[in-house]
Amino acid sequence: MQETFYDVMRRQGITRRSFLKYCSLTAAALGLGPAFAPKIAHAMENKPRIPVLWLHGLECTCCSESFIRSAHPLAKDVILSMISLDYDDTIMAAAGQQAEAIVEEIVHKHKGNYILACEGNPPLNQDGMSCIIGGKPYLEQLQFAAKDAKAIISWGSCASWGCVQAARPNPTQAVPIHKAPGIPGNVPIIKVPGCPPIAEVMTAVVTYILTFDRLPSLDRQGRPKMFYSQRIHDKCYRRPHFDAGQFVEAFDDEGARKGYCLYKVGCKGPTTYNACSTVRWNGGLSFPIQAGHPCFGCSEDGFWDKGSFYDRLTDVHGFGVESNADEIGMAAAGVVGAAAAVHAGASIVKRMAQKGDKE
Amino acid sequence: MPVINTPNGFTLDDTGQRQVVDPVTRIEGHMRAEVNISPDNIITNAVSTGTMWRGLEVILKGRDPRDAWAFTQRICGVCTGTHALTSVRAVEDALNIEIPENANSIRNIMQLSLQVHDHLVHFYHLHALDWVNPVNALKADPKATSALQQQVSPRHPKSSPGYFRDIQNRLKKFVESGQLGPFKNGYWTNPAYRLPPEADLMATTHYLEALDFQKIIMTTRTIFGGKDTHPNWLVGGVPCAINMDGELAAGAPINMERLNYVKTVLDQSLDFINNVYIPDIIAIGGFYKDWLYGGGISGKSVLAYGDIPDRANDYSASNLLMPQGAIINGDLTKVHEIDHRDPEQIQEFVPHSWYKYPDESKGLHPWDGVTEPNFALGPNTKGTKTNIEQIDEAAKYSWIKAPRWRGHAMEVGPLARYVVGYASGHKEFTEQINMVLKALDVPVEALFSTLGRTAARALEAQWAAEKQIYFFKKLIANIKAGDSSTANTEKFDPSTWPAETKGVGFTEAPRGALAHWIRIKDTKIDNYQCVVPTTWNGSPRDSKGNIGAFEASMMNTKVERPEEPVEILRNIHSFDPCLACSTHVMSEDGKLLAKVKVR
Repeated sequence: MQETFYDVMRRQGITRRSFLKYCSLTAAALGLGPAFAPKIAHAMENKPRIPVLWLHGLECTCCSESFIRSAHPLAKDVILSMISLDYDDTIMAAAGQQAEAIVEEIVHKHKGNYILACEGNPPLNQDGMSCIIGGKPYLEQLQFAAKDAKAIISWGSCASWGCVQAARPNPTQAVPIHKAPGIPGNVPIIKVPGCPPIAEVMTAVVTYILTFDRLPSLDRQGRPKMFYSQRIHDKCYRRPHFDAGQFVEAFDDEGARKGYCLYKVGCKGPTTYNACSTVRWNGGLSFPIQAGHPCFGCSEDGFWDKGSFYDRLTDVHGFGVESNADEIGMAAAGVVGAAAAVHAGASIVKRMAQKGDKE
Repeated sequence: MPVINTPNGFTLDDTGQRQVVDPVTRIEGHMRAEVNISPDNIITNAVSTGTMWRGLEVILKGRDPRDAWAFTQRICGVCTGTHALTSVRAVEDALNIEIPENANSIRNIMQLSLQVHDHLVHFYHLHALDWVNPVNALKADPKATSALQQQVSPRHPKSSPGYFRDIQNRLKKFVESGQLGPFKNGYWTNPAYRLPPEADLMATTHYLEALDFQKIIMTTRTIFGGKDTHPNWLVGGVPCAINMDGELAAGAPINMERLNYVKTVLDQSLDFINNVYIPDIIAIGGFYKDWLYGGGISGKSVLAYGDIPDRANDYSASNLLMPQGAIINGDLTKVHEIDHRDPEQIQEFVPHSWYKYPDESKGLHPWDGVTEPNFALGPNTKGTKTNIEQIDEAAKYSWIKAPRWRGHAMEVGPLARYVVGYASGHKEFTEQINMVLKALDVPVEALFSTLGRTAARALEAQWAAEKQIYFFKKLIANIKAGDSSTANTEKFDPSTWPAETKGVGFTEAPRGALAHWIRIKDTKIDNYQCVVPTTWNGSPRDSKGNIGAFEASMMNTKVERPEEPVEILRNIHSFDPCLACSTHVMSEDGKLLAKVKVR
């Protein structure tokens, strides 16, 4: 089980007397009376909330914005009752050296027992100085915080794959966390891709770790199997229209108004692993396809560089899907061989998936 | 450095003690601030440095213009969608595409809900801790807090003594745990905090209420755009087709159930702003109303592009519900017209930015913009290239360029919009300003301050919450009149486009004036340039020595404890900085410059 803060201090040779003194100083630093010191001491001797360092590299903060939109659990409850979000430069009260001191403190006092949550990624060009924290390259802060972490969570497609700043020609040489130099191989990395990831998927990954006191099982690419083992297409509510050959041919056409399949206007649902069509977004309210826009595959590695979002998958990879999809449509229209065509469609999707896995 | 008098009216003196704040927290992205403080604790020199850049513009080169909204939307996930809207407007301008009325109403609702959300989250979660002390809230009397709540906002239902006692107990348990999370190492004993414990408890309670509520505001965008953060947009209109009572309407993007959901959210949002946000601004503002630092250049030079077209496809000032114009030299009697296409008006300078121009004494219009990086530190830098202890502001010192309007450093954002609105006789804005001035019993000059900036943001959230409902009604009326169209796809196929064209799109992002300039050649993006709000506000000095809005706002501020940056944070936070926005630029060729050493 997890060591308490007090255990850690004792292990490092700090006496009970110094520990109590620390508690008094903490109370004083907060402007609280001496009566608070024993209460702080009591809490520290008991089970602490797990410290989390949430670092930001090159990113757009969409992951944090998504996280605070979690409906269940509420972001407030995660932050106040489940974890101890000791460093997150987007919301923390402290700044400058008082902020930087926290990273140092957590890494030393909670060695091997804190979670490192990474939003964004480090650039390698310009000596790393295209992302500066405390006058130094962000990469140094990342390396320092990574070496003693219990686990690393790579939030979103930036940390997991590189995302938009790593799109061709990747001018800053931004690299995902697992490819950054100096990241220890023995610290497990959980990738939670998406631009951003779904809020309730983010909070579920955190609460799973806390509730079951273990990391989620991951697929070969390092993503939690619980949310990333199915394609959007597999559970899409518009899937029956794909199978029936009923497609949106242009935005706002008759098919668009009837909620037909968006495959022909570029939907990447058939090759995208994510929980959008099952968990859905913002408390299960909707997802891109339901709102009429094709999925553009934002949780997939390198999705920015696979051609236009409005090109059919076939135009991107040359899988020959287009002709098969049209056959499905013709067959359905002719009411003959529909079942065979559906079967054919399903096999194609399977082949595409296998190919996707190898990338 | 000797004492320097800047052309825009500031006296810079770097002889006092130097203080560095890096990272500046509770902002989007990464920035650094350095100040010199005189023996009597007055800031006499201020330096703001953008400390990140990503290179989005070069990444856009050669892409499909119809995809540009998604790339540019990833410039910022806090003002999510405003870059996307600016981008589709730029492409539509270049290709001469007109969008349907319904698409205009839906886009406006999405843009306005961003204003409501962003301003609310900014105040409570990024700015409030500069004014509110959550630790001091533990000393509050819940009964007196309840009385205060009922006095400042009688219509807010969560106001009983028991409610505040519960929150206080939760807070107490949190603090007693010794694990302060986001409140750790805050400046809670600093005398700059002035609220009585009851006001601290009320505001801290609303910090939590707002955190719960904010996610609801954005669900309108989940309905129209499929997800939030980063909803989906479309060149030519919006992707969400309307089907009110036809076959399969239940599976359509927009039907009666979906519209009812939106209406419910719009009503709740307006209630929350009216019952919580506005009363808090007035209540907290009352305790700080003589803290009138931070005005910077807001009383001198402000710029607003305008936004929220009433009728579709007309972006002229008279059709925009948010005002457009520039004010210079503090002359509120003259509102200058803005032309984004005029090469003499908007120009970017780089003598103090980490970029290279052939002639750095001149500025460049965005259509002719050049972005070649040049990360070099001045001779008086302290530290090393990868461990900067002190910046040399006489040389290049920021990843942000310096945009200027006819040579003037300009402030943009909610205060700029309200000043332009006030000066141009915008009725709704003027009424709101008069309301808040009267409630706080302060003169109009009080507007030009950090507090004024913070108040203007709240007023704008209220205005936007009301205008969302206006556009919802407009959408319903138009559908009722028989028009269900949401997208014009006549020119969606690139084969219909001219070989070469260019366009510009603009919006008012929550943080201020935003525009994108695009050149399209052979159906691909040939050049893409964004000039964004934090580039204006966070700009370094220009060739004439004018300081930008962030730096100006820190000047002459009195600090209680030089080693604790509460006042610096207050002034900078009042702009709601977005550094990922301001520093997305990159070299034309994107060449590899130097690799970091692997340890």
